Amino acid sequence: MLAHYFRLALVSFRRNKVLTALMVLAIALGIGACMTTLTVFHVLSGDPLPGRSATLFHPQMDPQSKTGYTPGEEPPVQLTRFDAETLLREKKGDRQAAMTGGFVSLTPSRPDVDPFMVPARYTSADMFAMFDMPFEFGRSWSAADDEARARVAVISKEMNQRLFSGENSVGRTLRIDRTDFSVIGVLEDWRPMPKFYDIYAQGGYGQPEGVFLPYATAIDLKMSRSGSLDCWGRDPGGDATGPNAPCTWIQYWVQLDSPEKKAAYLQYLANYSDQQRAAGRFERPTNVKLRDVHQWMEFHRLLPGDVTIQMWLALGFLIVCLLNTVGLLLAKFLRRGNEIGVRRALGASRAEIFRQCLVEAGTIGLAGGVLGLLLALGGLWAVRQRPADYASLAHLDGSMLLLTFALALIASLLAGVLPAWRAMQVPPALQLKSQ
Amino acid sequence: MLEMHQVTKVYRTELVETHALRSLDLQVKAGEFVAVTGPSGSGKTTFLNIAGLLETFTSGTYRLDGEDVSALNDNQRSRLRNQKIGFIFQSFNLIPDLNLFDNAEVPLRYRGMPAAERKRRIDEALARVGLSARAKHYPAELSGGQQQRAAIARALAGEPKLLLADEPTGNLDSQMARGVLEMLEEINRQGATIVMVTHDPELAARAQRNVHIVDGMATDMIVEPTLVEPALVDPAARAAAPI
Repeated sequence: MLAHYFRLALVSFRRNKVLTALMVLAIALGIGACMTTLTVFHVLSGDPLPGRSATLFHPQMDPQSKTGYTPGEEPPVQLTRFDAETLLREKKGDRQAAMTGGFVSLTPSRPDVDPFMVPARYTSADMFAMFDMPFEFGRSWSAADDEARARVAVISKEMNQRLFSGENSVGRTLRIDRTDFSVIGVLEDWRPMPKFYDIYAQGGYGQPEGVFLPYATAIDLKMSRSGSLDCWGRDPGGDATGPNAPCTWIQYWVQLDSPEKKAAYLQYLANYSDQQRAAGRFERPTNVKLRDVHQWMEFHRLLPGDVTIQMWLALGFLIVCLLNTVGLLLAKFLRRGNEIGVRRALGASRAEIFRQCLVEAGTIGLAGGVLGLLLALGGLWAVRQRPADYASLAHLDGSMLLLTFALALIASLLAGVLPAWRAMQVPPALQLKSQ
Repeated sequence: MLEMHQVTKVYRTELVETHALRSLDLQVKAGEFVAVTGPSGSGKTTFLNIAGLLETFTSGTYRLDGEDVSALNDNQRSRLRNQKIGFIFQSFNLIPDLNLFDNAEVPLRYRGMPAAERKRRIDEALARVGLSARAKHYPAELSGGQQQRAAIARALAGEPKLLLADEPTGNLDSQMARGVLEMLEEINRQGATIVMVTHDPELAARAQRNVHIVDGMATDMIVEPTLVEPALVDPAARAAAPI
């Protein structure tokens, strides 16, 4: 019967072309605006590491001097090199990685490719397993490679394409800055969104790294680093990145697979902080934080505020469009009072009339969804032309495509409920006689 | 077939109470052709609407083909209307967007009938009213008489036990009206029970029995006591016999 109602809906569209076109347009405009902003919101607010975000934590402690201390203030976002390396050495989490970003020059072996600069990440071995980074070729380096300050590199798929034409480059030599590294692994496409582990790079929406090098190796080679660096007091060695420098610049992530482990790790951080204060290194009261990925993203407001506002505005616009559609559907259905009366006389129950009207509303919604999808694609194209950090990410994926049609269908069915309800209440006897 | 006892219908608004039917008693036997007459506003159409389960009544009892319809809900009334009653309206009430075949198919679809059975019945009904060649035509492409015959075909396709006709010739010229009336008489001769509301005394005179409604009350008058031949009540015999 639903297929029959669908066919009747198409017949009805042909009869009321202008009215139908207005309804389709109203829904399409609402859906187009809504899906444009929802897609941007979806891209920017998604889970960067589905299934893992809840077990990854970012530890913070306050090693700063007493000067300027305000009780209850947020501890620094990053760790000092001393603290990061101590935590890394003591391995109290299931996995842990200290890391920082930088830019390196690559000298390709291919004569036709000139040397170029590429964003790099200096990290300890656990990052790959902890962040579930997929490999196309080879593997990550090991903790032993970290210890040995091995000259090994993992490169991105894009970099492998650029340097080695996409071939299996494991074992090939790569000249980074002025040192030869052996390619040990090639990643598959991997781009967590937002780039939660490096919130200082373009507001958390920076380009993915092309090269990953062992943290210890990069320190050893004094490779150039980039990103935030906060210092206090006087640097005893004159080098802000030295082992004892009072500067925070290391990003640190730890994997804790259960709430008990999280509680224990938090206690460990507090104990460590107490210990450092007793040793005279820390001056402030113990102030440690341990946020998981979602809490971390929320705390740092990685989702731009204007995106949220735009999404609510678009939802409001969709509601206005739906109210218009309700009015148009009401006019359309009630104008067909005679047909409804005839159908009732011929045996249609009120429920059947309701169903027929809802199918018609849903069909309008599907047509509106198709047009709305085109408008959303146009809207996303417009977003990509904006000078925002996240602009290039504004693309419709499969799930949003499905959502477009689901939203259009649900919205139109909702818009159809009242008109369909009114239509089924049409008294058949009155309609039949009034003709 | 149709038994109404002490049926009343009161329309109430905030200001006024209108008694459309007052203690109406009426029995129509299977195979009868009854004409319901009366002045405008006497309650004829209200009676027909209640008989066709298009309206509820205020009090009294109504049994249709032995079934008490007083306590039925909308779904049950719709099903009963669909299975046992056929309607013929003054203004034909064909659905303008559907061709004749599709119009005739409407009640059968609500019955959940398989497509092959629907087609068989519709082909047969259109043949009975002489519109087989017009199955794919739309109502607007037909004359008034043809539209009314199409409406009759739609009613016949459901093989209803009771055919309710509301001024079936009211919108037709005399020649077309005669044709439609002859068709109704033939349908009745083949076994269907017909209740026809009409203003036209000539039309009413051709029914077997006249029921006169005045002020919502019925008075009965037998016009012709002869009922149809029992053999023609049989559905198979009815289907075989051309109109």
